Amino acid sequence: MREGLFLIAVCLLSFDNVIAGEVLEGAKSVQIVSATEPGSASTRDWGINEEKREPIIDFYGYIDARFGMRTSGSTVSDTDISLGEIRVQLKAKKNVKQVTINIATDFLFDPVVDRYAINMNNGEGVIDPRLINVEFSPIDFIDAKIGRQILTWGSGDFVFINDLFAKDWNSFFLGRDVEYLKAPVDAAKVSFFFDALNIDFVYTPRFGADRFVDGRTVSFFDRENKAFRGRDNPLVFDRPNDWFDDDEIAARAYQSFGALEAAVYYYNGFWKSPAGQDVLDGRSIFPELSVYGASLRGPVAGGLAWVETGYYDSAAGASTDPLVRNSEVRFLIGFEKEISHEFTASIQYNLERKLDYNKYVNALPSGALKDDQNKHLLTVSLTKLMLQQNLVLSAFNFYSPSGKDGYVRFNFSYKVSDELRIDGGGNFFYGQEDHTFFSQLKNNNNIYVGVRRNF
Amino acid sequence: MKRHFSIILLFLISWNSTVIAQEPEVMDIVTKAVEAMNYAGDDAKARIDMRIIDKSGRERIRQMTMLRKNEKSGYGPQKYYVFFSRPSDVKGLVFMAWKNIGEADDRWLYLPALDLVKRIAASDERSSFVGSHFFYEDVSGRDIDEDTHKFLEETNDYYVIKSVPKELDSVEFASYTSWVDKVTFLPMRMEYTDSNGKIYRVFSIQNVEMIEGYPTIIDAEMKDSAMGGKTILHYSAVKYSTGIGGNIFSERFLRRPPRKHLR
Repeated sequence: MREGLFLIAVCLLSFDNVIAGEVLEGAKSVQIVSATEPGSASTRDWGINEEKREPIIDFYGYIDARFGMRTSGSTVSDTDISLGEIRVQLKAKKNVKQVTINIATDFLFDPVVDRYAINMNNGEGVIDPRLINVEFSPIDFIDAKIGRQILTWGSGDFVFINDLFAKDWNSFFLGRDVEYLKAPVDAAKVSFFFDALNIDFVYTPRFGADRFVDGRTVSFFDRENKAFRGRDNPLVFDRPNDWFDDDEIAARAYQSFGALEAAVYYYNGFWKSPAGQDVLDGRSIFPELSVYGASLRGPVAGGLAWVETGYYDSAAGASTDPLVRNSEVRFLIGFEKEISHEFTASIQYNLERKLDYNKYVNALPSGALKDDQNKHLLTVSLTKLMLQQNLVLSAFNFYSPSGKDGYVRFNFSYKVSDELRIDGGGNFFYGQEDHTFFSQLKNNNNIYVGVRRNF
Repeated sequence: MKRHFSIILLFLISWNSTVIAQEPEVMDIVTKAVEAMNYAGDDAKARIDMRIIDKSGRERIRQMTMLRKNEKSGYGPQKYYVFFSRPSDVKGLVFMAWKNIGEADDRWLYLPALDLVKRIAASDERSSFVGSHFFYEDVSGRDIDEDTHKFLEETNDYYVIKSVPKELDSVEFASYTSWVDKVTFLPMRMEYTDSNGKIYRVFSIQNVEMIEGYPTIIDAEMKDSAMGGKTILHYSAVKYSTGIGGNIFSERFLRRPPRKHLR
């Protein structure tokens, strides 16, 4: 079934060349022009001269150098230096007839991680391609994007329920630019645009996991052994890795009602970060997961409000298996408002509730650390723009009343000129106990600075 | 006595009629001015080169293509789509606004590096547009009902109109005076005055061309002594009524910019 859908997407790609339609404008005003005769209708509108001025390939990007230190001091499990890298991102966009080719690749020198073999799965190595895809409209009401791409949907601010596209938590926690929170995925996205409804369908033929915390760059607390684990003793895991068998489907149907945006979501795949353990060899696993969700977003009381919910249907037998994460219901509500001139604040409340809690508790071995049934999370975000928006100051705090732990991020970013930007900040994890969600990361408290030159 | 009475009556009538005649006239000029600035054609497309010069003389560049569509003929709601092409760190960024009359606009940003369609909560119409000296409502046009407009004088070339905000707390100015061209109705100069009566912000149009029958701003600038510095705008490749579909102003085209209209 899923293989079939992927083939359909591939067929759509070849179909495009057959009709060669200029279909960018959508169903209402389609203008069919022959792609093989560049002197005809399309040039009548916009002039062939302008088109000629377009460079053959327009390269742009940046060089970004970044350094960070742990403020908590090194422990057995990690190093003083949390981040040290020089990264060049080269981007190019090329239109060939009705097809757009997008490429963005990072070239990375990172003596802290110090692993240069290229790994397309987790982004490690000297080359990390972020975009290699083609975009086209095979039919006027369909857009397709096929290849390596960044995908985002949903309503939350750093809290994700129905966005199950890969995240790079290491980058997020260590002070890379926020764009690195999203990891690239190799997928086919096909979007259908109808008057009554829009539908996105994303097929990922091979599971794209998060770039999750595994101890190698960010240390964590091992609940089973009740000890911190870092680069000397990283997580060993078994990742679903078979093409077309270990695949993922994500879908979204959405529509706007005036200024109100509504969406429903579906996901079928795996927990994106390890959420279980193999009983035999102790390796961390990614149990199967289906998610059904919905969201609403719109203007409320001079600001913006959103609500999102999701039912996380974990792998069969999860309810009684202490080694597999329980099914959950998740709920998020948030509000954002500009509270004074160029100063925006937002608050969010997020709930993660285990659905088979009693079974989970009964199945736990004695002495094991026990989660609460409800994990409550509050976030507060403040963003201030200054100096004609060239200086951005931001703070973001996650606090969990149930775990009594949290995580605060500070960042400043100053554009010295159009080409040069400096930024810096800190990531601080806090909590009373070692094993809670944020508190387990507290050996990774860090400050960082970066400088970026655009070209 | 009767004669006196009729003279008084006559005076009252004529006085009254000037009042009646002047009121719609000033609103007529103000409406025509905002229409000349922001509503020419059914839709419009323009390339905008922006030079932002800060108080220390440092210059920053913003290059964008703007698409605009009127929801109805003349003053009323509109939709805007702004695609950024320079500098390179904002290349591919899209700003979209649905301008509403009498209530806050709806605004979105598309951040290509994150593939993120971000709804903007900011409601302040008088915050800077992309770091320039222009505010959001300088770009999209201020609601004419937010101010009380008074006809000051008529010169050889201009109607001079003074506008005072109805809600003083919501804006940083105390009043502004506009010099509206009597032929094109473009407000060739607008001076904003603070509560001390000092002029601190001046918009001026340097160069106008007739394009497809519409008087079109080619060069304009905004000077702001409170902020320091100025922003210079240059419009090029302006085209009207090219048939930009209303569906362009949607999430679909935030994620995949409409090449045909942006070339």
